[in-house]
Amino acid sequence: MNYFPDEVIEQVFDYVTSHQDRNSISLVCKSWYRIERLSRQRVFIGNCYSISPDKVIERFPAIRSLSLKGKPHFADFNLVPYDWGGHVYPWIVAMAKSKVNLEEIRLKRMVVSDESLELISSSFANFTSLVLVSCEGFTTNGLKAVAANCSLLRELDLQENEVEDHRSQWLNHFPESSTSLVTLNFSCLKGEINLAALERLVARSPNLKTLRVNRAVTLDSLQKILSWAPQLMDLGVGSFIHDPDSETFYKLKNTIVQCKSITSLSGFLEVAPYCLPAIYPVCSNLTSLNLSYALGIPASELIKLIRHCKRLQRLWILDCIGDKGLEVVASNCKDLQELRVFPSDPFGAGNTVVTEEGLVAISFGCKKLNSLLYFCHQMTNAALITVANNCPNFVRFRLCILDPTKADPLTQQPLDEGFGAIVQSCKGLKRLSLSGLLTDMVFLYIGMYAEQLEMLSVAFAGKSDKGMIYVLNGCKKLRKLEVRDSPFGDAALLADPGKYETMRSLWMSSCEVTLGACKALARKMPMLNVEIIDDSELTVDEALCGGAPVAVTADGDDKQKVEKMYLYRTLAGPRNDAPEFVCTL
Amino acid sequence: MDGVTGKGETGPKFFCFVQGNSKDYLMSGDGGSSRKGASSSEERTLELKLGPPGGEEEFWAIKEYGKSSYFSHVASVQKGINNNMNSGQKFSADPAPKANGSSGSQKRTASPVMGWPPIRSSRRNLSSSSSLKLPPKFPHVVQDKISLEKPAENKGKGLFVKINMEGVPIGRKVNLKACDSYEKLASSVDQLFRGLLAAQWDSTGIETKQDNEKPISGVLDGSGEYTLVYEDNEGDMILVGDVPWDMFVSTVKRLHVLKSSELSATNFNQNKQEKGSFKT
Repeated sequence: MNYFPDEVIEQVFDYVTSHQDRNSISLVCKSWYRIERLSRQRVFIGNCYSISPDKVIERFPAIRSLSLKGKPHFADFNLVPYDWGGHVYPWIVAMAKSKVNLEEIRLKRMVVSDESLELISSSFANFTSLVLVSCEGFTTNGLKAVAANCSLLRELDLQENEVEDHRSQWLNHFPESSTSLVTLNFSCLKGEINLAALERLVARSPNLKTLRVNRAVTLDSLQKILSWAPQLMDLGVGSFIHDPDSETFYKLKNTIVQCKSITSLSGFLEVAPYCLPAIYPVCSNLTSLNLSYALGIPASELIKLIRHCKRLQRLWILDCIGDKGLEVVASNCKDLQELRVFPSDPFGAGNTVVTEEGLVAISFGCKKLNSLLYFCHQMTNAALITVANNCPNFVRFRLCILDPTKADPLTQQPLDEGFGAIVQSCKGLKRLSLSGLLTDMVFLYIGMYAEQLEMLSVAFAGKSDKGMIYVLNGCKKLRKLEVRDSPFGDAALLADPGKYETMRSLWMSSCEVTLGACKALARKMPMLNVEIIDDSELTVDEALCGGAPVAVTADGDDKQKVEKMYLYRTLAGPRNDAPEFVCTL
Repeated sequence: MDGVTGKGETGPKFFCFVQGNSKDYLMSGDGGSSRKGASSSEERTLELKLGPPGGEEEFWAIKEYGKSSYFSHVASVQKGINNNMNSGQKFSADPAPKANGSSGSQKRTASPVMGWPPIRSSRRNLSSSSSLKLPPKFPHVVQDKISLEKPAENKGKGLFVKINMEGVPIGRKVNLKACDSYEKLASSVDQLFRGLLAAQWDSTGIETKQDNEKPISGVLDGSGEYTLVYEDNEGDMILVGDVPWDMFVSTVKRLHVLKSSELSATNFNQNKQEKGSFKT
């Protein structure tokens, strides 16, 4: 290959698109490293604190698309204090200053300020794509800037963000000349929307393929929108309540019939079950259906709907569908690949709506299933073993038993054998979340069999340090390990310090790890940031609202237990934006 | 789910014993009261003990954990949690968390484990923010759900609330901070709508005369042609004037001026339906 001119090699590299592959080819030799880095356009940084923005720009001057992730995953469940970090602003500043031709920014679990959004909208002339997932820190004023200034905007995708509504009428700020939108998703916004402005925007966006609206968009507005955009492929409905005898509803039914391209349906943030039949005509084309925010639809209606959806590949649903409903899914949706069943009443009395029976039924009917997130009230080893035998193709298997230390109700045994069967059968398993009563045995199985495992989530499991050690020793491809409320301590933490340089991060909270061990690890491994997060002086509410922080230091009794520890490999050294309650050792 | 009340908050009435090392607190049935050390033998017989029958009278105590959740300290001391007290496995180290023994569907309480179940906040609040009160068939829908979401606009020192009058298609906004009493509010209503109402008569073809501009009065006591009602933060329609002014200001979301003659419970719904939506 060294006999080819660089341009030829570069052409070949154009076909190599996955980040991991490009990382690999950059390691082959110096000239490949150079050619690769100068031609890389899409850069993915899995931990925004692992490297400084300047270094990224230096290495990849041709960067057009930046993807960043910030907070640890457990931040989704309020385990990471507000203000921990994950600010995108320094990245935007650096990119703007260096005048790179940034076109796309994709952020997950980061703090995005209005200033950041304003800077994005004013710094990058060819900016086309903004995707924010589980972010916070911005308001509708920031969106106003993006709408107004990004004249080439094709994609504005806001997924499950916390956005403050400042009644900015941001939608009105898309100029009349803006006709390039392909994706518009504002389903997570809580405030009002100027419906007329939205209708006009849709009318002048002939390329619009994805539109997901928020609760403020009514059914009659939806009807008008759909009449302007019959080419839509992905629709997220806001409010779906209307008098089914009305003219508007009649018009809607006719309009929907014209939307022959819709393959993905979601939202129904407010819905009256008697309105659902209006969508039956599109069900036969649906490959993706997300009703996980649609509270108030009884199981019988859900079942009627599902019977129309024979081509579903992805289904996100609430557990009120029940085991019987899942049996209907199993018999109707033979192409199903991904299933997520969410709890409709997480803290309610245990009206056992879904149990292991529903999952077993799914495993018999949906042989192509490869991704699962399942909240249930109980699980048995027998069921897990059956599922493992029926569905060997799992790539993601996440089980959440609502009572986190519940044993197998038939045998009173831990669920070690069940999960063991899963990891043994599913040779391609990359992500696993455990729950239920579990001893060290399950970790022995994971270490032995889960060769492709990249991410493991552990809660209230295990009996001793051995559990964690089995995993660290056995899972060669492990990248992220997150543990809470499990009896893993210093011996586990220090068993293989070098391992953490092969991983992105480790989170341990409410375990048995002491300050002394964390300090020892930090001393030994200078390429790791070992952060101690101590918000224990705050009440839960204060912690969530950024209450008065307590300065955490490395002084203190080495034997004292560390409540929350987050460590990650980094080239950037200790971060300079850590709040008072975070101490990098 | 069992909860712990380490800080003495009112909690579920479950027994909850965890091995501790420092203080000896006993969680009693009425939650929260703590007694040091040995209690009387009579009290001992009333308390659940976790240990081999007839074995040592070792009292499991709750560690001082501050705000730590129940599961976080159970998990941190146990080497093998076993939900079933009768399993016969070793008890020397570890207690069963459900000290009241029964499994199956226990009523869960409002003090869940921190961060459990692992769902996002947007899903967590689903059942509380969504109304399950949708009746089976329109048009008896009581509440316009969208208008529930509308907060009163707070522009600095003003508290601007939408106000619509029956028969007048254009709404107004009234600054509640500028009124300090119901009387002031009533006179604002008159100021805002007198002209508009007169203009409505114009549009129906009746001769315009200055004296068609009648003052709008009696909105608070039912004596006038119109009556003032409001929608509160729970979406309910309430007659203006029942609660102290400050309480009214803190809960009001929007105002309606309705014809007194047509004021009745069912007519609320029909009026709303006829007007169409109250949305922007």
